[in-house]
Amino acid sequence: MSHNKLAMWVFLGSECLLFGALISTYLVYRGRFATGPAPGDIFDIPFTSVSSFVLLMSSLTMVLALSAIKRGDLRNNRLWLLTTALLGSLFIGGQVYEFTTFFREGLGYTTSPFSSAFFTLTGFHGVHVSLGILMLMSMFISSLRGSLRKEHSETVEIIGLYWHFVDIVWIFIFTVIYLVPSPTS
Amino acid sequence: MSTAEITEEHNDVVHDHPSDSKYFQIALILGVLTALEVATYYVDIGPVLIPVLMVMMVVKFFIVAAWFMHLRFDNSLFTKFFVGGLVLAVAVYVIALSTFEFWSKG
Repeated sequence: MSHNKLAMWVFLGSECLLFGALISTYLVYRGRFATGPAPGDIFDIPFTSVSSFVLLMSSLTMVLALSAIKRGDLRNNRLWLLTTALLGSLFIGGQVYEFTTFFREGLGYTTSPFSSAFFTLTGFHGVHVSLGILMLMSMFISSLRGSLRKEHSETVEIIGLYWHFVDIVWIFIFTVIYLVPSPTS
Repeated sequence: MSTAEITEEHNDVVHDHPSDSKYFQIALILGVLTALEVATYYVDIGPVLIPVLMVMMVVKFFIVAAWFMHLRFDNSLFTKFFVGGLVLAVAVYVIALSTFEFWSKG
């Protein structure tokens, strides 16, 4: 059994507690928006649905990158790693656009308890995705330099676990925060 | 060999990882589930909305964890650590939400 993989799984188990705290805080405060826009008035479900689909498909490209390196196909490994990083970047771009739009509509970080909880939760998730993109790009560059080979497939697998976890967290966030009907003003 | 089954050995345990075509099939299922979730925003399904959304969310969660994260094929200790963290988180925050009377507020 790989100790590195075990360490990653223990880390991901602890991350459940972090995101559980952030999601619970959001649920407690989502109805407290007296000083600003309500969640039901401001969320753009069609736009967020596309972002969610993009992140979901990045999990497919990540697993294809792992599959490629396991069979020694370094060219396709690089292709799928880069595709995953690009899909992740597209998701982050969407989040930046969403945050900017919300800010213009009067929802700042300290506008209301709802806004603080919302930006903290989705911001933390965005930071996780951004770190994942950095790790993917570092693997891509390592591969270009010839230092990521078939025998290093476990590194790709461990970073893949992190990436899939970030996707799983968004599956929760998308349903609980966006799709479950939110209060309106 | 892109569609061939990939066999990986870790010490005395042998794991069969799915083929690329299987991964595409799983992604298709995930995509359909996401489309169904989004459809509930446009179609009123009444009081079953939240239970239906929760079921689809949990199914997507388990599909990603089991197939893309390979928990189905890997050492069961990984599953125990991850599920342990998840169960602890759910228990702690259900209690925390209860202290805020979240359930009675709806």
